[in-house]
Amino acid sequence: MPRYFTDEHEWIEVDGDTATVGITDYAQSQLGDIVFVEVPDEGAVLTKGQEAAVVESVKAASDVYAPIGGTVVSGNQNLEEDPALVNSDAEGQGWFFKLTIADKGELDGLMDEAAYKAFVESL
Amino acid sequence: MSDLQTQLDEADDAIDLPTEPLPLDAWHRAHGGRMVDFAGYWMPVQFRGIIEEHLWTRSKAGLFDVSHMGQLEISGEGAVAALEAVLPGDIAGLAPGRMRYSLLLDEQGGILDDLMVTNRGGTYYLVVNGAMKWDDIAHLRDMLPDDITLNHLDDHGLLALQGPEAAAVLVRLGLEPAMADAPAVDGLTFMQAAPYLWQGRPLGISRSGYTGEDGFEISVRAEDIAALADALCADEAVMPVGLGARDSLRLEAGLPLYGHDLTPETGPVETGLMFAINKRRRAEGGFPGAERILAELVAGPARKRIGLLLDGRLPAREGAPVLADGAPIGVVTSGGFSPTLERPIAMAMVDAAHAAPGATLEIEVRGRKLAASVTVMPFVPHKYHRQGA
Repeated sequence: MPRYFTDEHEWIEVDGDTATVGITDYAQSQLGDIVFVEVPDEGAVLTKGQEAAVVESVKAASDVYAPIGGTVVSGNQNLEEDPALVNSDAEGQGWFFKLTIADKGELDGLMDEAAYKAFVESL
Repeated sequence: MSDLQTQLDEADDAIDLPTEPLPLDAWHRAHGGRMVDFAGYWMPVQFRGIIEEHLWTRSKAGLFDVSHMGQLEISGEGAVAALEAVLPGDIAGLAPGRMRYSLLLDEQGGILDDLMVTNRGGTYYLVVNGAMKWDDIAHLRDMLPDDITLNHLDDHGLLALQGPEAAAVLVRLGLEPAMADAPAVDGLTFMQAAPYLWQGRPLGISRSGYTGEDGFEISVRAEDIAALADALCADEAVMPVGLGARDSLRLEAGLPLYGHDLTPETGPVETGLMFAINKRRRAEGGFPGAERILAELVAGPARKRIGLLLDGRLPAREGAPVLADGAPIGVVTSGGFSPTLERPIAMAMVDAAHAAPGATLEIEVRGRKLAASVTVMPFVPHKYHRQGA
């Protein structure tokens, strides 16, 4: 399954019409210990760039914006009980939400893993 | 993820500002410290992680670099009277080798800074907040008579070693008292200070800190600080700790942070700091803002600094409105996640009518109303090594 990355440190894994969205391992390492994650409700309709989730580290709150538009199929309820999953497995079990993609054209121009890696190294 | 991006970029943006390195800068970077611009200096916000560093300090000993803070010495004939005209604390009654918490106040009794003052045997040693030190120095130079000497010890760094193992670590380090009647370092009690020698290097050590734990603050010459930090961290009980855990530790200890919980718009009565003004000074007055402060003490403050225990897991941050029965009655001044209690806690300034411990209030966070109960601070008990304890 293809995985895309944004310059705002999100990953998007695409499986047919469905995308799973999370923040990258680099992002979690920069945020530090995560103590609270708020994910969108099932059925929420998100447009690209709209506020979709909130992640709170010990220090501060950060908004997570939808990297692509679509209808939320599910939010990761495990994060409610165990927000530290984002620290331990950001690009796996620490996913934030899944959505049905509204427009696959919005994936154009996103980075692949190698490009994202190069991007992080340039920071 | 724009806000996250902003946060990630913060350190990069700060490069454009004249951020200065402190004497331990290279040491922090070599130990994996994530450096941020704080009070005009590069400071480590964390090393291994805020929660790990926080819990380590509560169970072992954390080493903090607080060299950004201002270390000042005030001396000269009449220094006691001169200091009592500036500070509301009992300086005349401060015995050599003893220290106390005090405040710089403006003429309206607003808090300009909070500080520690130590009697170093006729010379008075002040530690003031890093972000405020230049203002404080200007204020003191302005307020103190010309024949009083104010010396900024900018050739010294400051370390804090905090936690239940701190005293044992300093004993293992091997220190000699540098003054005839000074106790061995583990014989110091809370708020006591003395000079010591470590391998011939002078250290000014006090049993004090900003975590609620037993611990020490160590004033050290800049050229000696890296060797001292290495020697301390060579002890298995010691881990370097960044500003992030320093903030979460002091919040749990109920200790206010200048610029957040204390500002020029707040005074010592409403912030619960009247312990810094003793009976004699209350009776005599003669400090900035005395009239207003003493009147407020009689009448009772309109607002109070309180502690709040939040339900749920969502933390409330500085600036979040505090509500009672749906109406705004105050604002969060510091808030975050307590690693010890594993729940969010906060300090707030609220109308005095709603400040009673046990009262249930609400905090508004992103349109959501979180239940919070007023609680007596500290949130986590202090473990100071008090005299006679």
